[in-house]
Amino acid sequence: MTAKVRAVGVHTPGGTRRRAGLLATAGALALVTVGACGGGGGSGGNGSHGDFHPVKQTGGALTVWVDASRMDAAKLYQKQHPDVKMNIVSYDGDANGSNYLRTKVSLFDRTRKGWPDVVFSSQNNETTWAVDAGFTAPLNKGLIPESTLSGWAKGANTPCTVNGTLYCLRNDLAQTVLWYNAPLMKQWGYQVPQTWEQYQALGQKVATEHPGYLVGSGGDTWAPELYMWPSKCGANQITGPKAVTVNTTSAECTRMASLLDTLIKNKTMSMSSVFSSDFDKNQAAKILMMPGPSWFGGALFQGTFKTPAHQIAVAPMPKWSADPGSTAGNVGGGTWLLSAHSANLKAATAFLTWVTTSDDYQAKLAPGYPAYTSAAKSWLAKQAASDFFAGDISSPMQAAANEVWPGWGYGQFSQEAVWAATVTPKLTAGKTIASLLPAWQSAIANYARAAGYKVTQ
Amino acid sequence: MWSGRAGYGFVAAYTVLLIAFGLVPTGYAVYFAFTDGGGTFSGLSNFSTAVSDFRFTPAVEHVALYLLWWLVSLVVLVVGLALLLHRLASRGVSRALRFLYYVPGALAGAASVMVWLFVLDPTVSPVAFLLRAFGYHTFGEVIAPGHLPILFTLIAFWTGAGGWIVVMYGALNNISQDVLEAARIDGAGAWQTAWRIQIPLLRKWIVYMLILAFAGGTQLFVEPQLLSQASVGVAGRDYSLNQLAYDFAFQNNDVNTAAAVSVELLLVGLVVAGVFVARSGFFDAD
Repeated sequence: MTAKVRAVGVHTPGGTRRRAGLLATAGALALVTVGACGGGGGSGGNGSHGDFHPVKQTGGALTVWVDASRMDAAKLYQKQHPDVKMNIVSYDGDANGSNYLRTKVSLFDRTRKGWPDVVFSSQNNETTWAVDAGFTAPLNKGLIPESTLSGWAKGANTPCTVNGTLYCLRNDLAQTVLWYNAPLMKQWGYQVPQTWEQYQALGQKVATEHPGYLVGSGGDTWAPELYMWPSKCGANQITGPKAVTVNTTSAECTRMASLLDTLIKNKTMSMSSVFSSDFDKNQAAKILMMPGPSWFGGALFQGTFKTPAHQIAVAPMPKWSADPGSTAGNVGGGTWLLSAHSANLKAATAFLTWVTTSDDYQAKLAPGYPAYTSAAKSWLAKQAASDFFAGDISSPMQAAANEVWPGWGYGQFSQEAVWAATVTPKLTAGKTIASLLPAWQSAIANYARAAGYKVTQ
Repeated sequence: MWSGRAGYGFVAAYTVLLIAFGLVPTGYAVYFAFTDGGGTFSGLSNFSTAVSDFRFTPAVEHVALYLLWWLVSLVVLVVGLALLLHRLASRGVSRALRFLYYVPGALAGAASVMVWLFVLDPTVSPVAFLLRAFGYHTFGEVIAPGHLPILFTLIAFWTGAGGWIVVMYGALNNISQDVLEAARIDGAGAWQTAWRIQIPLLRKWIVYMLILAFAGGTQLFVEPQLLSQASVGVAGRDYSLNQLAYDFAFQNNDVNTAAAVSVELLLVGLVVAGVFVARSGFFDAD
């Protein structure tokens, strides 16, 4: 899953013309040529075994890479700590799976300089390459005290942990919940569905009683995380550092595929991305319900759609009536990485700790549900005080944070990219998800193998 | 004496840049293509890794299909429009038309593609009515995988063909008025003049255009890459061979296989250029 989750809806196409592909490669190779003189290929000394040997600590300016949404954090830290010399660099945060960080790090590894001290990524799977590349410093081996690390929500730092060593810190959680328009539900006399069966029945009712209104969107690259993950579909069960089990035709997968197919057919499930201009213009005002991650509230409803206050409410994700409890998926939630090459570990660690735990940023400014528990409480209190949402969003959000299905892993290949390239175009062409499940499985298996995974099907 | 030395000076600057940013990286790519991660000679194993990858054959097909569309439309439309322009020259509109043809090419490459991202989205496109007339209501419908060769051809034509039209127009102007006059006296109409006199005399320019357009076309990268980003992956981020090479290098951390793909592209480009040159008598003296 190298690529992939756009944290807060950032569209960042960029590049140059066709020939520039060649030029970029030529430029990269030129850089490589220079780097090769220094021994090439080498990297810092931590490897994946935790035997971390910091470089000579010379201090100097702290280089921090952040995406547009995290720029506020870096700026606020700079304002609060004018004595710290900071070099704040804006990059795309690896949004849309740009892989910018990995590309740059592999070039820095060859030129043996240029690594940022601290970097934000909207991807949860950076450690799958960054640990092997020796880019990340182990955080729980003396850099950050256990008393601080114990403050993260349960399982929040799982994507950051390799063989018991912590290599990054989770910025925010992205647990899925059911967003819905409370006044509209009330007006039409509908009950918020507690099971997926009720959800489908309500979708069918809406199709006949209020055509044009939506109960969800399956047109985004994160459709598998929104629907297949909470249905416990085992498409992405990472079983070891380089092993994955892929099974997309189990009953857990087919039940959700059939539900989505029904709702796509009756047009209550949108096939446009919620961040597309098409959705914004034609469908944003027609949302009755929408399963989505915790960051949809601020980023999507409040930010992009400018939904009026007191309309959007939160309920737990529906559960299957055959299942004992509700299960959530997860769509993103960024991470912060500390460079093993940093010559300023003390300042870098101080910034990293502040940015992930401080109420000043996490609770007061951050758009997403903080992964640090006490900040999450303050964040929820702020959301409640914002007077934007209808009803209490705290309890369903907190509950969902503990209900994310652990069977879906964070691999090095992108579930979103595979789904987008394999399933979405055929859905647009009129095929059903149920009929595409085998093709989806073989595509995941192919990409996993290409990334060096042993695949069990 | 002095002017001769100045000439060397000008050529030297070009030669240095060519060596630094053309030959050295190419040589380094060849070195990478035949070695493994540790720098030891690995024969053709990188090439077989690339060819046996599940993305390789589709990428070759995509690029081949795109090249077919792009080269045919380039030859037919560029030559046709240049002839039209030449014909209209006497009527005083040719200067305006030449400017018009050239404008898209003057936009920076990525900006051109960005313009197309808007043009192809029915929600914001200035020609949305056309897209709707074809039955496309969403961006996803417009960029369906089957449409991509034609879309990339449109984008490439729009961004690159204007310059070639101006070049062809210049070449047409170089055809002696005596020859055209003789043809007219012999009773040749506009069509016959074009078919029997002008196009044969443009042959070398057309071959030159084909060689460069082929080499450029095999390197298809920015159009699918930007479209892939804009469509959040629907358009495929390993659509073309160059994208595949990029993925090998930076997704799979396999620079050697990436280099093997680029060396293959280089070879194909050289062979095709060789065939075109040999068949067309490109270097024959007039």
